[in-house]
Amino acid sequence: MSEERGVKDVAKDRLESVGIILNPEKRSGMFLQVDQSTALASPLYEGVEVMSIRDALKKYEWVSDLMWSLVKREQDEYTREADSEDVNGYFIRAMPGAKIEMPVEACLYLKTLGHKQKVHNIIIAEEGSELNIISGCTSHPGVVSGMHIGISEFFVKKDAKISFTMVHGWERDMEIRPRSAAKVEENGVFISNYVLLTPVKLVQMYPKAYLGKNAKAVFSSILLAHEGSVVDVGSYGALQGEKSSVEIISRSISTGGKVFARGHIVAEENDVKGHLECRGLMLSDDGEIHAVPELETKYSQVELSHEAAIGKIAEEQVFYLMCRGMTRDEATSTIVRGFMDVEIKGIPDSLRFAISKAVELAAKDMF
Amino acid sequence: MLQVVNLKVRVDGKKVLNGVSFYLEQGNTYVLFGANGSGKSSLLNTIVGNPKYEVVSGRIIFKDVDVTEMSPDERVKLGMGIAFQNPPEVDGVKLKELLEYCRGISGLDGEEVEKYIEMLNMEELVGRHVNKGFSGGEVKRAEVLQLLVLNPELVMLDEPDSGVDIENLSIMGKALRTLLERDKKKDERTKTSLIITHTGHILQYVDADYGMILHNGRIACIGNPEKILEDITEHGYEGCVDKCLKNVE
Repeated sequence: MSEERGVKDVAKDRLESVGIILNPEKRSGMFLQVDQSTALASPLYEGVEVMSIRDALKKYEWVSDLMWSLVKREQDEYTREADSEDVNGYFIRAMPGAKIEMPVEACLYLKTLGHKQKVHNIIIAEEGSELNIISGCTSHPGVVSGMHIGISEFFVKKDAKISFTMVHGWERDMEIRPRSAAKVEENGVFISNYVLLTPVKLVQMYPKAYLGKNAKAVFSSILLAHEGSVVDVGSYGALQGEKSSVEIISRSISTGGKVFARGHIVAEENDVKGHLECRGLMLSDDGEIHAVPELETKYSQVELSHEAAIGKIAEEQVFYLMCRGMTRDEATSTIVRGFMDVEIKGIPDSLRFAISKAVELAAKDMF
Repeated sequence: MLQVVNLKVRVDGKKVLNGVSFYLEQGNTYVLFGANGSGKSSLLNTIVGNPKYEVVSGRIIFKDVDVTEMSPDERVKLGMGIAFQNPPEVDGVKLKELLEYCRGISGLDGEEVEKYIEMLNMEELVGRHVNKGFSGGEVKRAEVLQLLVLNPELVMLDEPDSGVDIENLSIMGKALRTLLERDKKKDERTKTSLIITHTGHILQYVDADYGMILHNGRIACIGNPEKILEDITEHGYEGCVDKCLKNVE
């Protein structure tokens, strides 16, 4: 516990900036991993399990069968690298029928300069349960370089729901490569939010959701690429069961960095629905935004659509807000904040608050 | 209150105002008439400082301060307010957030804001993003609501009645009477206003003190607003301006 105290004292702000408040009264469970070791793992509510993946492997035989069942071990050099002996990560599970609105918080903290953090997470919402997770990943102040490879596999059972909000706060020379996938069974709901507003060298991820009958997934990403950052983030939805649906929403801003906002929806069954919305805002002439929306099917009874738009801040809006008394900077940051304010449905207010706070901070720093 | 002196304005290189001069006295309501494209909206945009409108020459003096070079927010903080004919949508910004900002400028208390929201029947709209998916009439009500909360000394309204259905016209009329202090005695009024109206419908609810016609980029006549509207209806803008000029001669 002494290490955990240390982290709390030195980097409280840091953790708060990625939504980690370490307040047991406002969380249904807490997990904190520092580099490769577990600093804290405590379930705080009945019906929720929170432990390190190392402990979960010891406790349940079946956990090893779930690992690498959705993300392929051989996917790329990073997944291979994550498959190592010193891998850690979290295991979070809502027991059948347990509806836990209060979020579990899980934090992956990079403390040692140059460390390669390897993480493998398993998240399960058993039948009829509801699980809300805020996952904050960040690094110790001054740890400017390092690498984070996080494998996450989500299992949303029949009639269950997982909302997963991940906020990243890194440093300029970090390379971040999460690999994740979700299997959503009949009537299940998977809501995945990703927020990246700090500088980073590279983030590259393409989370996937495989949707069963009448299952639903919503991916929302809020991305800010600072000068020197490459942010390559996509979401993939495979509509495999009838009446399944997926919505992919992204908002990207470049203040000089490069963004690839990808989205890919594949309809593998009739009577399914998918929509993709990519919007980009260019705040600098040095940046770059590529919106890459893809829709794919071999079936005739499907409804797939996408809209993509990239632009700059409309001068007309700035003038309008100035006519209500805002200075040019206030008006611009209000518009940028509004642009990033994706109305994410189906998440508790505390998670919404964590996202708004991160957006607020970023908008304030920008002008 | 407001003095506009020989104002010449260009937008995208095109001349839109060609030597406009007039004076607005505190406490009065002025109606600005003019054909389509005569420069009415350009005039209001220039007065409030829209950077798209380039002032080639002339001055705008507001409350004895030369505001010609000031930014819009500085003019607003000095006491100007404008309701636009076609304001933009501002995605992600809720109307109530914007009202809260306006309240910060005017110092109005929260109860009063609630009263205005109710007066304009906007309870359901304030939680939505500014002008996003609003009907024509809702946009106009939102504009007037913002001005009520901003509480400016000089109120400029660009076509507050266009697109407002009959049912809401009386709500709008009531709100405008409040905004422009028309229910107060003449010597108690402090608000000055300049209203653009195409149809003149709003005059049924707001009794203006003066009418003006903007013609060929200049103010052609000033007089009794009902009389001017009557002449325009009867003789058209050209005819009305001719008649006006003859009277002057």
